[in-house]
Amino acid sequence: MNGLRASLLRILALTRKELLAVLKDRRARMSLLVPAIVQALVFGYAATYDLNHVPYAVIDQDQSQSSRTLLAGLDGSGLFERVAELHRAADIATWIDARRALLVLQIPSDFERRLQNGSGAVVQVIADGRNSNTAGTALGYLGSIVDQFNSEWRSSHALPAASIEVVTRAWYNPNLETRWNMIPGLIGTLTLIQTMMLTAMSVAREREQGTFDQLLVTPFRPYEIMAGKALPSMVVGTSQATGVLLVAQLWFHIPFAGSYLTLYTGLLLFLLAAIGIGLLLSSVATTMQQAMLYSMLLIMPFSLLSGLTTPLTNMPLVLQYFTALNPLRYAIDVARRVYLEGVGLPLLWSDLWPLGLIATITLGGASWMFSHRMQ
Amino acid sequence: MKEPAGAPADAWIAKLRRIRALVRKETLQVLRDPSSIAIGVVLPLILILLFGYGLSLDVKHVPIALVMDDNSADASALAGAFELSPYFRPQRQPTLAAAQRLLLQQKIDGIVHIQSDFSQRLNDGHTSLQLIVHGADANRARIIQSYVTGAVGAWSAQRHAQGQAADIAPVTLETRVWFNEANDSSYFLVPGLIVLVMTLIGGLLTSMVMAREWERGTLEALLVTPVRADEILLGKTLPYFLLGMIGLAVCVLAAEFLFHVPLRGSLWILIGASMLYVLVALGIGLLISSWVKNQLVASQLTMLVTFMPAFMLSGFLFDLRSVPLFVRLITYVLPARYYVALLQSVFLAGNVWAVIVPNTLVLALMAAGLGLTSRAVMNKRLQ
Repeated sequence: MNGLRASLLRILALTRKELLAVLKDRRARMSLLVPAIVQALVFGYAATYDLNHVPYAVIDQDQSQSSRTLLAGLDGSGLFERVAELHRAADIATWIDARRALLVLQIPSDFERRLQNGSGAVVQVIADGRNSNTAGTALGYLGSIVDQFNSEWRSSHALPAASIEVVTRAWYNPNLETRWNMIPGLIGTLTLIQTMMLTAMSVAREREQGTFDQLLVTPFRPYEIMAGKALPSMVVGTSQATGVLLVAQLWFHIPFAGSYLTLYTGLLLFLLAAIGIGLLLSSVATTMQQAMLYSMLLIMPFSLLSGLTTPLTNMPLVLQYFTALNPLRYAIDVARRVYLEGVGLPLLWSDLWPLGLIATITLGGASWMFSHRMQ
Repeated sequence: MKEPAGAPADAWIAKLRRIRALVRKETLQVLRDPSSIAIGVVLPLILILLFGYGLSLDVKHVPIALVMDDNSADASALAGAFELSPYFRPQRQPTLAAAQRLLLQQKIDGIVHIQSDFSQRLNDGHTSLQLIVHGADANRARIIQSYVTGAVGAWSAQRHAQGQAADIAPVTLETRVWFNEANDSSYFLVPGLIVLVMTLIGGLLTSMVMAREWERGTLEALLVTPVRADEILLGKTLPYFLLGMIGLAVCVLAAEFLFHVPLRGSLWILIGASMLYVLVALGIGLLISSWVKNQLVASQLTMLVTFMPAFMLSGFLFDLRSVPLFVRLITYVLPARYYVALLQSVFLAGNVWAVIVPNTLVLALMAAGLGLTSRAVMNKRLQ
């Protein structure tokens, strides 16, 4: 009993020392909290596939009432911005190539005539496919504006409505805003980087400066040193995650559908896994530079192959198996589902057990490495 | 800062000699540290392979559920259209509730529900069908929505071609997507990845190296030798610059031969722009490290000002024209933005001077500015 108490006291003392080491420097203190919140704000605005300023140019060879109505529909949607009215087809390339217009619409001179006589008018659209996803999204917007024009034309000209209509309902995100999906995903992503690096570097620093050997001659046991290194990172990670969560709710007003207890359970497991990986890395690395490079080598694939920006299901099967080792993948899934769908712990089981497993294996491995190195 | 009077030529030779010695020392250090080699060759290779194959925004073979409450010939024909489409991988579900459970578990991405009065209303001239998508991945959901609309439109047109009453839409769009006719997302993701890789190589390594010298006090040791600030900077920059160029070669080769991204512009412009960008990235690394002097803070800061913005704010994934003004202003400061624009154009569109000239100019100005600032900061620190 006494041994346990003494052990806890030692861990606490070490945690305190570590926290002091991390927080004593004002710059270091700033570098732990401010970036996460600033990034949540900036990326919250930037990380969206939604478009609201699609620059388009038009060649209106018809100059009719109808063509103007169609274009007015575009301009009035708030999504499109007319940047030019061109007169020659040769100008299209100039505007597209220089990225000044994302779309160029070409309305032929028989536009109104064909509309009137019911043979169907055709509008040619040229899109800049350098970012094919953006081009696709813009064309989708354009398509729905044209659909609306069509149904208005039909009803005002006593034509029968389109024979089949697709009525869409989107669950959990009625307006299909990608921001709703992105920001909860940032909770894990933004905390991963610093938590993992902080842990990996803190041991490497002690080793590089030779203070790790000093730590070894104290009565600390390996697991106590590990706990002392893990706890401060845990504190930092949790506060960063809370910061991002607050930005999502208070700034972006994304409704939180789930329970905080569930979310934090998931986040805690995720942080343990991230810290475990950091500790494992630091037991391999001998210098800070190596520790940093190794953590970078992991952070990049972790953050890009996490399902944050591109869906996991699009990956080749081999890579999908690889992402099973990625703690961020589970954290993002937990954050999104708790945040947007409000699911409870039972439905999250498939995310939680892998996180627990990663945490157990990496923390166990790191502890083994530490005690191994000590002898 | 005074040049010794007399023989300026000798002074220059001595300067070059000192730089050569520093470059040699730095190169040896790079070669001896396996982690630097890892970042120069192995990292670009792994990253470009992982992400080239792993990142994709293409939506194909979407798993959807078909719920058929109507068993008429028309409804079956429509279901058949979904089953034949390469975009969907439909599975029939007996009830809407069963399908909704699958959607909730995200086993499927959408439900197409054909209601019991579908064909009856179709014969009356107007019918509807219900599509339920999971909004969590809104980008994907929107694409699925347009696929479903497209599939239904195609079926309806085909039906009319077979003798049913004509149903001509007043306006149809005839779309052509330039530069990427096959609509393959790796065409723009792979050039973007090159930006990420070059950012990492340039920024991180240098910031770490300088901070390490400050931390260990070896820079003070260099001070008592006759080397100058600009010589130290050059000595530090050159080996890492070469490392970056090796990384670039790895990336471009992979883009060409593994991912078959067409290189429609000139290779020389690509190389020139990349050289400038690596210089800028190195400059940022040097500046950060001569400012903070602490490896931990330097590395985190570099990560924050280079990698994350290059990922999120460079136009690599997200369209910069749609972000609010204050975020757009931030992106103008980021070198990655200009490099992404350059690479996407040179790879896909060719030598578009209207894109190449301004973007290269900004990168060149940034490189020069960063070089001069780091020299000034170094000089100040050294006194």
